[in-house]
Amino acid sequence: MSDEKQFSRRDFLKTTGAATGGIIGGSLLGGFIGFNLNDGQSEQAEQNKTDGHSEGDKSTGGSLSDKTRVFFMTDEDFNVVEAAMERIFPESKVGPGAKELGAAYYLDGQLAGQWGSNAKEYMVGPFYEGLPTQGYQSNLTRAEYFMIGINKLKSEAKDKFDKAFDELDEKDMDAILQDFQDGKVDMGVPKKTATSSYFFTMLRAATLEGVYSDPVYRGNRNMGGWKMKQFPGHQHSYLELIESDEFQEIDPMPNFGM
Amino acid sequence: MVKELEKVDVVTVGAGWTGGIIAAEAAKEGLKVLSLERGKRRGTKNYQHVHDELKYALRYELMQDVTKETVTFRNRPNEKALPMRQMGSFLLGEHVGGAGTHWNGWTYRFMPYDFEIKSMTEERYGKAKLMEDKGYRFQDWGITYDELEPYFDKFEKTAGISGEDNPLGPERSDKYPNPPMVKTKSLKMFEKAAKELKYNPYMLPSANMSQEYTNPDGEKMGACQYCAFCERFACEYGAKATPEVTVIPTAEKTGNYEIRTDANVVEIIKDGNDKVKGVKFVDTVTKEEFIQPADVVVLTSYMLNNYKLLRVSDIGEQYDPKTEKGTLGRNYCYQTSGGATGFFDEQFNTFMGAGALGMTLDDFNGDNFDHTDLDFLHGGSMATTQTGARPILSNPVKAGTKSWGEDFKEESIKNFTRTISVAGQCATSPHKDNYLDIDDEYKDAYGLPLVKLTYNFTDQDRKRTKYLAEKSGEVLEKMGAKHVDVFGDLKDYDIVPYQSTHNTGGTVMGDDPKTSVVNSWLQHWDADNLFVVGAGNFAHNSGYNPTGTVGALAYRCAEGVIKYHKKPGRLEK
Repeated sequence: MSDEKQFSRRDFLKTTGAATGGIIGGSLLGGFIGFNLNDGQSEQAEQNKTDGHSEGDKSTGGSLSDKTRVFFMTDEDFNVVEAAMERIFPESKVGPGAKELGAAYYLDGQLAGQWGSNAKEYMVGPFYEGLPTQGYQSNLTRAEYFMIGINKLKSEAKDKFDKAFDELDEKDMDAILQDFQDGKVDMGVPKKTATSSYFFTMLRAATLEGVYSDPVYRGNRNMGGWKMKQFPGHQHSYLELIESDEFQEIDPMPNFGM
Repeated sequence: MVKELEKVDVVTVGAGWTGGIIAAEAAKEGLKVLSLERGKRRGTKNYQHVHDELKYALRYELMQDVTKETVTFRNRPNEKALPMRQMGSFLLGEHVGGAGTHWNGWTYRFMPYDFEIKSMTEERYGKAKLMEDKGYRFQDWGITYDELEPYFDKFEKTAGISGEDNPLGPERSDKYPNPPMVKTKSLKMFEKAAKELKYNPYMLPSANMSQEYTNPDGEKMGACQYCAFCERFACEYGAKATPEVTVIPTAEKTGNYEIRTDANVVEIIKDGNDKVKGVKFVDTVTKEEFIQPADVVVLTSYMLNNYKLLRVSDIGEQYDPKTEKGTLGRNYCYQTSGGATGFFDEQFNTFMGAGALGMTLDDFNGDNFDHTDLDFLHGGSMATTQTGARPILSNPVKAGTKSWGEDFKEESIKNFTRTISVAGQCATSPHKDNYLDIDDEYKDAYGLPLVKLTYNFTDQDRKRTKYLAEKSGEVLEKMGAKHVDVFGDLKDYDIVPYQSTHNTGGTVMGDDPKTSVVNSWLQHWDADNLFVVGAGNFAHNSGYNPTGTVGALAYRCAEGVIKYHKKPGRLEK
């Protein structure tokens, strides 16, 4: 391992042609380079993981910090949603939680894009309150829906505990989230527009997506979600292993290689 | 200004499995064929970076654009139907290949019992067993298994199906063209347990190639790599039989076939009382309108759209659930899953697999078991499959576990590689209250009404599903699961969670124009040069995946189209 680290990541990618084309198996590569958005900074990021800070903005070559955002305008909103996602998928014995895995950065990118603006859905009116079996009937985009929900998380924390949501004890955050899931929180708009339980459903889904989707979407940092779950990500072929009765531990690979 | 184009021999609406089969067969006979496809061209070169669960499995990259067209839905005729704003329960395909690009490849033949369900049930149990007084509307399909057998054989050879003999299966004229796929540990456990229970397991017939294969038309397919990205994905190896690696290149190499993409058909143009002249379509890029005349029009889009084109073109009579007059939109059916999940201590390579890698059995399918003391007909195929678990959508926890927080995280991670599911894929019963119509409020991007779906599970469906779920649980117990959760209680049909893209009915086939839309050649009763083919032709849905039977019907339809072109008129059986 230590010998291999003498390569720079950039040189390595140059010589392998980004590794997506020809190498079957992928485990060849998976072991020694952690995937990270701040190119060239993987060791640095590794060191900083313990205190939760990244020095990505010091990187050279014009690459970006891994703390950049495009959707959430205030730190306050971002911190609230990040804290809520961490309660849904907390750091635990088995490994990192949603915060360390960058799930909130994943959500930030999604809300700024097609998914946040419901660009792939039928959003023609009129809008009526439907039965549960009829699915989403709100006129809101997800971006609008999320902001109502996040503001409500903030006001619930303030009203009940007189604190910011992300400064609450874990059990108090959980109690608020449970009320959201149970549909007990009045969102301040008609039910056909938004409910707290549907907001929770979307937040939970986004958390799982953020911890387990390909790292290209900015979550699942260092493929930590996949490593915990023993999911090898993108592998070209299992032809040689498929008939084995033994469990196979395979280092994960992202879709576009390392 | 609508521009009229030069006439062709055959025009198909859509270029998926059915359109591709019609095109290949007719073009080989020298007919000039055009497919109007509303999506884009795509093929294996587009799928080289397809291992992205979010993009393909959750964001539906390969699916229909529902901003332009969806359906409205309600459970019961007295409720208000509302639009399906996001896809969920079923995943409609789009682009060249259609839903045949993202399918898993389970390729069954419907049973002899399916095609003659009414007469065979009446003969064995008496007329009361059909429960017509309770609103069930079983009917024979106007064709028998024996009549369809050569077409099943042809489709299986085109698609290179990998499989082995089904101990309870009907007569076959030939074996599968490829040997079955490999057996994994979980499949071997299922096989052993099923045999101990005196059942008859066999390898699931698969359109994932167990070896390299060249089909009778000369199309080559690669060997499946068991990479585990199949359902909702497309194959980067060309190792899953899809229209774009089989029938479409076959049609194209004749020189008699053309696909026009970005062409959304909006109307079938009538020509007098018993013929059609062609179709009208909109170029989805320029919005220009065209008329495409043709000697023969074949509706080969998804069953919902086949229904819709007939309805908005005023061809045939719309079904009315009150009077039960009309046949168009009748006998809509779906599919249910009754199964169980077993939790084990040992780990399995659940993340490896292929779309149609599985073992299955038919001991509780069709009328293979005695229904005398059961208050439902039919059954389902039971299977365990290893299609490849992926982390966003696969988070197995025991029933009663909270769906978030530390326990959920720890348990779902642990169980990701420690669970096996066994499930019955169940038939559904046709009922007079389940049907297709058009909506009077919501429209598509071209100003046409959306299809309105009225559907709920019937009592028979609920009992059948529970029965299969309990039997599946017993198999898992026998396999040595430490804990088994059984999922067999159907609530109201819910259009949100994914269930199955096995929607059937609406343009039913038969030998009586009073209860069917097309005859046994899939020729419309009201227009001799109009054919309608797909799962819409099913008079009920079986306990199997539909594509094998859809493929067989498409080959029969192709033969009908060629016969008709040689000698126009009503085709006799």
